[in-house]
Amino acid sequence: MADALSLAIADLHAFYGDSHVLHGVSLDIPAGECVTIIGRNGAGKTTTLRSIMGLIQKRTGSIKIAGQDVIAAPPEKVARLGVAYVPEERGIYATLDVTENLLLPRKVNDRGMSIDDIYALFPNLKERRRSQGTRLSGGEQQMLAIARVLRTGASLFLLDEPTEGLAPVIVQQIGKAIELMKSQGHTIVLVEQNFRFATKIADRHYVMERGRIIDMIPRAEVAAKATQIQQYLGI
Amino acid sequence: MSSQVIFGQLVVGLINGSFYALLSLGFAIIVGLLGIINVAQGTFYMLGAFGSWMLLNYLGIGYWPALVLSPLGAALLGMLLEKTLISRVYHLDHIYGLLLTYGLMMFIMGAFIYFYATAGRPYPVPEELRGGYDLGFMFLPKYRAWVVLMAVVFCFGTWYAIEKTAIGRTLRAATENPQLTRAFGINVPALLTFGFGVGVALAGFAGVMAAPIYSVSPLMGGDLVIVIFAVVVVGGMGSILGSIVTAFSLGLLEGLAKVVYPQGSNMVIFVIMLVVLLVKPAGLFGHEK
Ligand SMILES: Nc1ncnc2c1ncn2[C@@H]1O[C@H](COP(=O)(O)OP(=O)(O)O)[C@@H](O)[C@H]1O
Ligand SMILES: [Mg+2]
Repeated sequence: MADALSLAIADLHAFYGDSHVLHGVSLDIPAGECVTIIGRNGAGKTTTLRSIMGLIQKRTGSIKIAGQDVIAAPPEKVARLGVAYVPEERGIYATLDVTENLLLPRKVNDRGMSIDDIYALFPNLKERRRSQGTRLSGGEQQMLAIARVLRTGASLFLLDEPTEGLAPVIVQQIGKAIELMKSQGHTIVLVEQNFRFATKIADRHYVMERGRIIDMIPRAEVAAKATQIQQYLGI
Repeated sequence: MSSQVIFGQLVVGLINGSFYALLSLGFAIIVGLLGIINVAQGTFYMLGAFGSWMLLNYLGIGYWPALVLSPLGAALLGMLLEKTLISRVYHLDHIYGLLLTYGLMMFIMGAFIYFYATAGRPYPVPEELRGGYDLGFMFLPKYRAWVVLMAVVFCFGTWYAIEKTAIGRTLRAATENPQLTRAFGINVPALLTFGFGVGVALAGFAGVMAAPIYSVSPLMGGDLVIVIFAVVVVGGMGSILGSIVTAFSLGLLEGLAKVVYPQGSNMVIFVIMLVVLLVKPAGLFGHEK
């Protein structure tokens, strides 16, 4: 558990072409913590995760993973440090079957879960292991997207809206998987619209608006700040 | 018309189909993975053939080692070109890749014409594969049977490697979503270089196979790319299986046409391409996007 990765972002700016999307984002997440990034649609949450992963070419500032700056690193290098990414669009491959999707990510070390353990956690996936990736239901695809990164031995997880549009029983299963990551001491950055789900799991919440972090709410203050949070989320 | 003639043309068709298949397969891998329309595919075929001619005439190295060394040499050159030139146009429109590889083709072909002129040079059939089989209804030269066998083995082998192995899984993923695949720790740029090498090696291999059948000349393969393009369009852009099946079928159809309507045999492939494009624009094995 000593191997969990910390994440420190300072003054991160990110661009899509000429469009300036992140305006100086700073986050400080110690190893083993679970935080969420919340905020309205278009606030820049996905862009933040993609910037960490190296998937946004044009970015400035500093992104330190366990002290190592990756602002100029390509995605494969970030991944090999032990960072796992579950994208908002899930990113299941149509040309790979379920097992192949699971086996695709390169292992970082041997501390990840075995295929058998993963199938025990998500029995649906085992039943469908020979199916083409995109033949799965939305919920199954999301399970697969999470299951896929449990195998690699990564210890910093970036999860982009893993419960979006899913039925409550599936949300529960996803919750179980995230709890498991937490119990293993991993660091988790969770982008989440479902605030009830988020409060159950996370230690702290960063609030994002128009490409900036505008507030940080520790777990203990969630109840007291309920009205303000609803305002932030535009509910 | 004698059955001798028909079967003779069918064998010719099968041989042509074998070369179409090896070349189209490499072309399909490259266009699928890199998005590069490699006009120089026929040039690497020529290099494969010339490589084996040079090995024999300059170093006394015969057919069997050449079958490995020559495609390997073509692949190394291809990977060097990918790293230094072709990788610079990935982010641009497809037309730039087409023009760049066209330029490479003209340059390499021009250099060979300068040093070797255009006359064909013979390359001997290896001793082990001389002679043939009398099948009763026709005579089948051993070397031709060997070419068809090797093409089938290599096509099946490549298909198997892509569909059933770990490296194939990674190649398919990188073809479908290169950026995300990098986020899973896979060095996609290196994989693209490797994929280009494989595609080029298949062309080089076809060139070595072709050397004893057609004479070795800088011009060989120059017009093959047009047929390859038709094969890949008919089979469905990026479909490996589609390219293989289409290549053999079109070779055979072309052979049949030589018996039935010789004047039109060169057109058959393109007529079929037109019909397929009208009826199923994504190709026989392609998926509509
Ligand atoms: N590929 C893109 N090209 C241009 N602009 C984009 C692209 N993706 C997102 N944006 C813009 O960047 C901003 C932040 O988007 P995003 O990070 O997806 O927000 P969130 O995940 O918080 O909903 C939005 O204004 C969005 O329109
Ligand atoms: Mg988003």
